[in-house]
Amino acid sequence: MAFLELKNVSKGYGFGAKRAEVLQDINLSIAEGEFVAIVGYSGSGKTTLMSLIAGLQQPDQGTMTLRGETVTEPSPERAIVFQNYSLLPWLSVYDNIALAVDEVFPSWPVDKRRQHTDQYIAMVNLTPARDKKPRELSGGMRQRVSVARALAMDPKILLLDEPLSALDALTRAVLQDEIGRIWSESRKTVVLITNDVDEGIILADRIIPLSAGPGATLGQSVKVDIERPRDRKALNHDPRFKDIRNEVIGYLLGTGGRPKASVTRKLVLPEIEPEDLNAPRSVFRSVGPRRKNEEKRETVEVS
Amino acid sequence: MSDYVELSNLTKIYATPKGPAVIVKDFNLRIKQGEFVALIGHSGCGKSTVLSMLAGLNDINGGGIILAGKELDGAGPDRGVVFQSPSLLPWLTAFENVMLGVDQVFFTARKEERREIAEYYLTVVGLGDAMHKRSRELSQGMRQRVGIARAFALKPKMLLLDEPFGMLDSLTRLELQQVLLEVWGRTRLTALMVTHDVDEAIFLSDRVVMMTNGPAAEVGDILEVKFPRPRNRHALLEDPDYYRGREFLIEFLNERAHHRPSLACVA
Repeated sequence: MAFLELKNVSKGYGFGAKRAEVLQDINLSIAEGEFVAIVGYSGSGKTTLMSLIAGLQQPDQGTMTLRGETVTEPSPERAIVFQNYSLLPWLSVYDNIALAVDEVFPSWPVDKRRQHTDQYIAMVNLTPARDKKPRELSGGMRQRVSVARALAMDPKILLLDEPLSALDALTRAVLQDEIGRIWSESRKTVVLITNDVDEGIILADRIIPLSAGPGATLGQSVKVDIERPRDRKALNHDPRFKDIRNEVIGYLLGTGGRPKASVTRKLVLPEIEPEDLNAPRSVFRSVGPRRKNEEKRETVEVS
Repeated sequence: MSDYVELSNLTKIYATPKGPAVIVKDFNLRIKQGEFVALIGHSGCGKSTVLSMLAGLNDINGGGIILAGKELDGAGPDRGVVFQSPSLLPWLTAFENVMLGVDQVFFTARKEERREIAEYYLTVVGLGDAMHKRSRELSQGMRQRVGIARAFALKPKMLLLDEPFGMLDSLTRLELQQVLLEVWGRTRLTALMVTHDVDEAIFLSDRVVMMTNGPAAEVGDILEVKFPRPRNRHALLEDPDYYRGREFLIEFLNERAHHRPSLACVA
């Protein structure tokens, strides 16, 4: 039996003429311990899908089950890491994480909770910054706090909603490797939402493209059959990397791409030359622009 | 073909409280007419400084730039710039934003002709149906399309692109690279693009110029990209030469950005 299963899930917003269908016929089945990446355009409904899995929103149609039980509300068993970190600015790194730990494990003795919190701070290599406030940390460090907080709740499933999109390329690569390492140690079920195909290939067992909206749906999933740990540099030579990349990008730029308005229009581009604005204006009095020849008429296929 | 753009011994020094900081030192680059050159390097290496000097938006402290036989002095509409953020006026429509510049440089032309120029480029970048929307109603990717149309519509001698797709998500970036290539193919404007995306540099350009890390950044290496045009991404992604070039650039950025020149060639 699938661990997490979505069956014919649809979701839209608004009513009547303003109704916008966001997700349509989403079917997704994830096994326990699997790392799945969902790759799609911004605005295609990735975050809506994540909110559904998290239980922050309910599907209009279809069902979603976790271990066979229908999901109806948010729960610490499904932890989310958001793109914007969502840390409390007045609390230190430790207190931000402890807040979650205290909430989820109220029955534990104080010592055990403290030890647990510190263990996760160490896991994301933030021990030296343990008592700093979020504003004293870089974006990459803040996102580590957010990851540690999610993992410290010991969730059944970890939801990563574009966790690295706000970071620069170098920090992103470092955190990707870190997430890969942490996942290898914990083997949690993970759903990663991203717009970066390469990120999916580095981290996931399976990549599922989400087509461009409105009415986005999931495409054929692509297995990432590359042994771990995955080395960025070695991947560049790997024909499997190339194939997976091409397949996912091919879908997202092709059938799963944005609807193309194929209009054929008669357009005219006058073949005139721009004027030198530094020349004195009197030069131009009653003289038209310089022309190459009359006009170039062309029919443009707009895609 | 002779050199159309010539940057010779270009130097930029900023005064700081700790004394002068040499950002770019003796930077030399020649670009032929109709050539598309990409400039890559690490963040902060000074690539945008070079571009802004070329745009005339930044003073030159040493050396000089010649464009089409004339030494540059200040900014002007003969260089179309596409910024990372498209810098549109939010209360104007896409069309009005483009017309702002077109009305300036084509002020001797008929109104009808000016309108045609703006419409032509807006349609070519895929905004045929959205050109009369206000720019604040447009998505990030559509705004950048307006930015591209605006630069081309001025019919500049040269196109300057400063990380034009840096703010977009990676898929929209792929789409817009295609759009840019498509418009560029119609005009073959001489272009210099600053980027740190290795794939983008190879896909778009004829030559990738690698900059060493600052301070005192200079040209570290040059990669000729000889894939035929028009280019097709799918075919390119199948080509082993593409991966060779990609690896060469990545290797430069990772390991050699602080070393000295050699010359390389792909395809």
